[in-house]
Amino acid sequence: MTTFEPWNAERAEALIEQNAGRQGPLLPILHAIEEAFGHVPAAAVALIAERLNLSRAEVHGAVTFYHDFHAAPRSGRTVKICRGEACQAMGGTAMARAVCEALGVGAGEAFGGTSRDGATTVEEVFCLGLCGVAPAAMVEGRPLGRMCATDLLAAIGS
Amino acid sequence: MIELLIPADSAAVAVGADAVAGALTREAERRGLEICITRTGTRGMLWLEPLVEVEIGGARVAYGPVTPGDVPGLLDAGMLDGAPHALRIGPPEAHAYMAGQTRVTFERVGRIDPLSLTDFRASGGFEGLARARSLGPDATLEAITASGLRGRGGAGFPAGVKWRTVAEARGAAKYIVCNADEGDSGTFADRMLMEGDPFQLIEGMAVAALAVGADKGFVYSRSEYPIANRLFARALDIVRASGDLGTFNIELRIGAGAYVCGEETALLDSLEGKRGQVRAKPPLPAHRGLFGQPTVVNNVLTLATAPWILRHGAQAYAAMGVGRSRGTQPIQLAGNVRFPGLFEAPFGLTLGQIVEEIGGGTASGLPVKAVQCGGPLGAYFPPALFDTVYDYEAFAARDGLVGHGGIVVFDDTVDMAAQARFAFEFCAAESCGKCTPCRIGSVRGVETLDRILSGQDHGEALPLIEDLCHTLKFGSLCALGGFTPYPVMSAITHFPDDFRPAKRPRSE
Repeated sequence: MTTFEPWNAERAEALIEQNAGRQGPLLPILHAIEEAFGHVPAAAVALIAERLNLSRAEVHGAVTFYHDFHAAPRSGRTVKICRGEACQAMGGTAMARAVCEALGVGAGEAFGGTSRDGATTVEEVFCLGLCGVAPAAMVEGRPLGRMCATDLLAAIGS
Repeated sequence: MIELLIPADSAAVAVGADAVAGALTREAERRGLEICITRTGTRGMLWLEPLVEVEIGGARVAYGPVTPGDVPGLLDAGMLDGAPHALRIGPPEAHAYMAGQTRVTFERVGRIDPLSLTDFRASGGFEGLARARSLGPDATLEAITASGLRGRGGAGFPAGVKWRTVAEARGAAKYIVCNADEGDSGTFADRMLMEGDPFQLIEGMAVAALAVGADKGFVYSRSEYPIANRLFARALDIVRASGDLGTFNIELRIGAGAYVCGEETALLDSLEGKRGQVRAKPPLPAHRGLFGQPTVVNNVLTLATAPWILRHGAQAYAAMGVGRSRGTQPIQLAGNVRFPGLFEAPFGLTLGQIVEEIGGGTASGLPVKAVQCGGPLGAYFPPALFDTVYDYEAFAARDGLVGHGGIVVFDDTVDMAAQARFAFEFCAAESCGKCTPCRIGSVRGVETLDRILSGQDHGEALPLIEDLCHTLKFGSLCALGGFTPYPVMSAITHFPDDFRPAKRPRSE
């Protein structure tokens, strides 16, 4: 399981500084913050806005636009389940439903969430590029193909 | 020392290639056998992954699909000598799936160590760039134009025309932006190329830079592709150290899970550090693109094909294909299909040949009901349209898209009304929000289709959907809203039974 660092303003400033000189630095900075802390807290938004001479609204706008950036901390393992058409054609929808049910997270319009025990966070993703080995998922960045609910739950470790 | 080749491609890894490599290493050590394992890209015969190839006297013998549990038996049978075994498929190039292809863009993928510059050079690597340098920018532009190469991201715009526009535009700087934000479901060719032959893409970007006078390039990839990104970053480091690109520098940037950033202007806004919202055109990115400067934005496959064209000549490329679709298309077969994978062939096959002959029909063995061509915004075609020729214009004539070359097969258990609903749901989830037809129309589409799906429609819903699709098609800023009507309307047109109120059980 990925463990994230506790929030630390000095560490965040260092990460911002490392990327601030690049052309179009905002996304690389947000990735660095998300990778370190598991989310982009409001305190980081303020630091980034200050350093890049942007309004906080502009930074907040970017954080909320992209699915990869989280405003609140996530807990546990992150599981991305593909909901794209190739996976649907291979039973991906039923697999996703079974896995979500087993973990106690939503499988409908509000897909995903954090499991009851807090150990797993499920997110939907539209295509992992594993369409030839559908249905597919990704557990903590590890690609998994030709999955079924049983195998995916085993890979998640629950 | 016997050399084994095992793909490190994401699709192969997803079905256990790393575990197979580990099992082979351990088992060979236990038996005192000297082997070395090279990790390659994938050949693209994905139903055979994990595929293990043994190099014997300069030729390859392949076995697949291999599980870690098969390893002791394979070694017992004499796999290292190419001996018979139930999993032996023989020389991979001779397999009917490979022998039927014309590999141009993917000529090296699956064959070479993707991070070996020696392998790359030994197979013609950097020859296209050398040729471009000796021809100069103008003749290079001429070659790309004469080849007939069109944008492989989906729009099919002539690459030579785009490059010349940038070459002739004035700007303080010019950029080459490679669109590797391959979000279309059912497509994986960009990823496969970046993982199997990254230097070829780098070479293609250098050719484009030379042709238009750019000195900086960006590759905008996806966070969903961690393996490709790690490998491509290493390839960039290797090329920077080797000095093959001269002063041209390429930076890898990773998106953050927004499908719409595959749209070129949204991608540029995202690169600049903004919300990935679509820009109104004009101005074209070729005139005012990244940071307001003239910019070539091309798909991975478009750029990666340029070196081949320069190496073999524009005529060799233009000689393949049909009509205005010249050269080859890396077709990606996925979903419920017996032989999923990448099949590169000149334009001109029929859809039926691709699905039935090459793909072998459905994996489930049930009849094919529909195939979605060109990603989530592409039309669903019924078998009745399997005579459609694979070519941009022929597909457009039947209200379909070649798009990025993906074909997703569905068997007869699919509910096309549910697929139409999904198209709207996807559009709603991924809309950048800038234009109203896409942002609101997609949500209204979901609601209206829900009335049909729950059996509560009395015939008013379909005309409303058709009207909505008309608004989306002609009123949206980009292809996300503009093309969502393709899957919706094709489902309604070709599979009307699935939308009949009488056929749908009334639910609460």
